Amino acid sequence: MTPELGQLALILALLLALAQGVLPLIGAWRGNRALMAVARPAAAGQAVFVALAFGVLSWAFLHFDFSVRYVADNSNLALPWYYRLAAVWGAHEGSLLLWIFILNVWTVALAALSRNLPEVFISRVLGVLGLVAVGFLAFILFTSNPFERLLPMPPDGGDLNPVLQDPGMTFHPPVLYMGYVGFSVAFAFSIAALLGGELEQAWVRWARPWTNVAWGFLSAGIVAGSWWAYAELGWGGWWFWDPVENASFMPWLVGAALIHAQAVTEKRGSLRAWTILLSIFAFSLSLLGTFLVRSGVLTSVHAFASDPRRGLFILCFLAVVVGGSLLLYALRAPKVAGGKPFRVISRETAILIGNLMLTVAAAMVLLGTLFPLIGDALNLGKISVGPPYFGFLFTLLMMPVVLLLPFGPYLRWGSKGETTLLKQVLWRAGLAAVACAIAAAFVTGWQMKAIAGTAAAVWCGVGTLLYVIKRWREMPAGRRYPAEMAGMLLAHFGVGVFLAGVLLTEALSVERDVRMAPGQSQSIGGYDFRFDGVHVTEGPNWHGDQGVVTVSRNGREIAVMHPQKRTYTRGQVQTESAIDPGVTRDLYVALGEPMDRKDPEGAWALRLYHKPFVRWIWAGGLLMMLGGFFSAADRRFRTQRVAATEPVAAAVTQESRA
Amino acid sequence: MNPTRKRRLTIVLLVIAAATVAIGLTVFALQQNMNYLFTPSQVQSGEATTYKTFRLGGMVKAGSIQRGSDSLKVTFTVIDASGAMPVEYTGILPDLFRDNQSVIATGHMDNARFIATEVLAKHDETYMPKELKDAMAKAHEGKKVDGAAMQDKPQ
Repeated sequence: MTPELGQLALILALLLALAQGVLPLIGAWRGNRALMAVARPAAAGQAVFVALAFGVLSWAFLHFDFSVRYVADNSNLALPWYYRLAAVWGAHEGSLLLWIFILNVWTVALAALSRNLPEVFISRVLGVLGLVAVGFLAFILFTSNPFERLLPMPPDGGDLNPVLQDPGMTFHPPVLYMGYVGFSVAFAFSIAALLGGELEQAWVRWARPWTNVAWGFLSAGIVAGSWWAYAELGWGGWWFWDPVENASFMPWLVGAALIHAQAVTEKRGSLRAWTILLSIFAFSLSLLGTFLVRSGVLTSVHAFASDPRRGLFILCFLAVVVGGSLLLYALRAPKVAGGKPFRVISRETAILIGNLMLTVAAAMVLLGTLFPLIGDALNLGKISVGPPYFGFLFTLLMMPVVLLLPFGPYLRWGSKGETTLLKQVLWRAGLAAVACAIAAAFVTGWQMKAIAGTAAAVWCGVGTLLYVIKRWREMPAGRRYPAEMAGMLLAHFGVGVFLAGVLLTEALSVERDVRMAPGQSQSIGGYDFRFDGVHVTEGPNWHGDQGVVTVSRNGREIAVMHPQKRTYTRGQVQTESAIDPGVTRDLYVALGEPMDRKDPEGAWALRLYHKPFVRWIWAGGLLMMLGGFFSAADRRFRTQRVAATEPVAAAVTQESRA
Repeated sequence: MNPTRKRRLTIVLLVIAAATVAIGLTVFALQQNMNYLFTPSQVQSGEATTYKTFRLGGMVKAGSIQRGSDSLKVTFTVIDASGAMPVEYTGILPDLFRDNQSVIATGHMDNARFIATEVLAKHDETYMPKELKDAMAKAHEGKKVDGAAMQDKPQ
């Protein structure tokens, strides 16, 4: 009975979403306040019913209700409760339910916190969000119903894909979706502005924290995914340019551009049309990401079982959203555009160059990701685009961004600011970068990537720190680092940390696949790995072989590592790597296979990796995430009742502060 | 030409130059990194001769997996309905690699042998990558071999 309640809740949510999507928009168009007032209650009601449906599905998982097909497919009696809960979003239907649930969380937060925006405007925003919700609820109900029954009820279910049975995977989808869906707020703002034909700086100020938070979540989601790939897939890589990774990376790139463009629009009024276009792109790419993952058109680790109906539905939805919003943009953008002029050397120009590079990078990733589809359609054969394509072009495109990054805070809005200051930064950060690069060259034996990584990281890091010191000296206590600026500095510093991590790991990693008999040792990167054999071990829903590898350095024992080879209930084999973490290096051991299947006590194939600075990659990503959250917390974004009536005056005061 | 036009012309020329460089680099990078997928019978009929590196897709022939006794070298045979190709690989094979599993190997030809640098097997034992299924269907079409059941996408 309960699963039908969930189904019913979803249908009611769809009806409320229709009300939320249609009535307020008509109200805003006709100036009818009663219709506009529908937006908030409809959004709240929809959220209640979607939450109910989500709760029902979770309950079905926790209580082993195998009469629900989705539950039977993705869990079994032996699966621990926390993975049963994670299984709610472990496959297609449930992950869509999560998507719509998170959209409702954002909508309700928006409805609750938007009391001081003009009613016409917020009705349009909520209306657009309602229409997005209609699309997704219809998708769930018509093509991928999570509450479908399975009769007769099987005594035990299947299994959650073993690669998903990992703590990293539990957090990865919700956090990533928070980011994806969060861009719908910026999207709705832009569409509302286009519909109304005007975009006030105060509204952009209001939208900024939402975009920052969404981008922060997306960063966290990508970091979690990268960490999961590293720890769980057993290859020790952290990024593969896999279609689905690209799907999350494209909105991230455009989102990074959007955050900066919004800052310009809010403070100077310039780049309005560009900001709107970027919000449309960011959300469209989030949808495209969903399409790529869910439709199974591209071969990937994430592609779930494909159903052509689903792919077609998302494709049509995508066409409506992208086509519709771009059409609206073409008709209305000239009316919205405008702003103050700026010099060639100014903060606007720096941000614009960064924007250009980030969007071109996103376009480049898009081309590489979709190229196999294009090739297939044009009958060019079965093509895949190799990672070096992305790596080469991405590095090239990001160089200007990295070079400009330290100058950003020193440049003034509209003009270049003090030339002596810029020269000072150039000299100090440049000297530091060159000095460290030379040091790195001697330490690593002229490894180009390590040298470039050190130089780029020091350039960004020292450049950012110089500004931190400048503020510390020149400003009175308490006014040194407003949250918005602290966020910017954190994120920029994060870029430096990330660069160091990526390039040093790439340059210095030692990865070796070896054959080892019990008692044998291998020396890698100054560490001695001794293989002490394999014994049988067991978990709640798997049994497997566990290896023992003792690592020592200069005769001193450092770690005993236990890599595993697990066999899950349905016979799926899963490698569980063992990692000894550290600030400057990770030691990574994974079991390959026994050299002789009949003699698992004997020699095994093992992967032994020494990965210097690999953790800096994720640390950098997390700093960027913190940057997004910090900026959003700035009091300026909340105390603006006065500013809302006087946007120009507010912009001028900001100018002197920033 | 007045100064405004002159400035516009410079900007337009700069944009064109930048776009040309960007497109050139992209095409170059794409060409360097495009990997085509072929099945053993396609390789044997000489379709892959123009490519140095390509991907070989097919099923692992039952009983063909042989391991070296003192290294990680593995040899196995990849088959489709009408062709077979010996493959050599040094390293650790993926978890799901086994007899009759569909795999995709990246590498190059060395005489009549395929030297793989990477071997992928799908994380689902019943699942055959869509592109591989299509490629195999295409390879069989025209030869009218017994793989008619696989031709779910006639072209």
